[in-house]
Amino acid sequence: MRFLLPLGLFVVIAGFLWVGLSLNPREVPSPFIDKPAPDFTLPQLHDPQRTFSNKDMLGKVWMLNVWASWCVACRQEHPLLVQMARAKLFPVVGLNYKDEREDALRWLQHDGDPYVLSVIDRKGKVGIDYGVYGVPESFVIDKQGVIRHKVIGPLGPAELQDCVIPLVRELEKATAESQISDEVKKACA
Amino acid sequence: MRLMPLVIAGLTALLLLQSPLLPAKEATPMAEDPALEKVVNEISAELRCLVCQNQTIADSNADLAVDLKNQVRDMVQSGKTQEEIIDYMVQRYGDFVRYRPPVKTSTYLLWAGPFLLLFLGIIVLLHNLRKRRLLVDEQEAALSPEERERLAQLLKSEEEKNKS
Repeated sequence: MRFLLPLGLFVVIAGFLWVGLSLNPREVPSPFIDKPAPDFTLPQLHDPQRTFSNKDMLGKVWMLNVWASWCVACRQEHPLLVQMARAKLFPVVGLNYKDEREDALRWLQHDGDPYVLSVIDRKGKVGIDYGVYGVPESFVIDKQGVIRHKVIGPLGPAELQDCVIPLVRELEKATAESQISDEVKKACA
Repeated sequence: MRLMPLVIAGLTALLLLQSPLLPAKEATPMAEDPALEKVVNEISAELRCLVCQNQTIADSNADLAVDLKNQVRDMVQSGKTQEEIIDYMVQRYGDFVRYRPPVKTSTYLLWAGPFLLLFLGIIVLLHNLRKRRLLVDEQEAALSPEERERLAQLLKSEEEKNKS
């Protein structure tokens, strides 16, 4: 009996710590989910005379992928993006974040260009608008221009298969009112 | 062999000459106006750097922190209030960006936790004190009148021994 209280306390504290261990402090939940994607108009990487705006993509389900040539984790992600582009899954727009244009172009030439186009965010202002705090990050944006999912860090094959592709397929079929199925929600959680 | 010191001196000189060429990190741009800078620092001290999570963006030199500080400076210059700027950051990065968590349903336990623990501690302390007092009373009550007298005598003689 006299050990019951300390034992109980121990179990409670151990429980909290155990849960704490399984949380990833790097994954800050984005407050953007189900909010309209912040508007931007930026020069295109390949042709800086021309601009691109997120509004140009209204009516399509697409992905905004934040990348930079100096970003090591982007190298890890890149082959998968190239494969996705080959399979023509859905349009991916690159946000070239705080990069040198020459370096960015060289990287795309060397390792393949998976983007329908990339835009230049030289000062990282649009990055701040999108709450980017590490590269790479990817946003899945629906036909109405609403952010539906955010991938923090490099996109992996498992997340692509289980969450992103089914989510995009559902969003492509969806109207403004329809909800995402619980199945996909669970896979993306 | 006598050339060795010369070679070393030469190499050292070369290193010294080259050191200014080493890439140094660019100093954070300071605004001209110290009053503005003070406001910017005050607001920055309320915002968490998301790269080095246990620092505020005022303390951190991470690239993102510098960018966010510049953003804060721009917003102060354009006449935004502290509240508006913090709201702007929360909209983008969530409550986590606040160095001081807001009081709301999901953080009640966080804010009340220390007081709850203090309260529990006081209860346990009072409980134990009472138990101890009862124990002393009990032991005293267990003595017969003769025993109690003997105890008093023993204590007294002990006291006298100590005095001498």
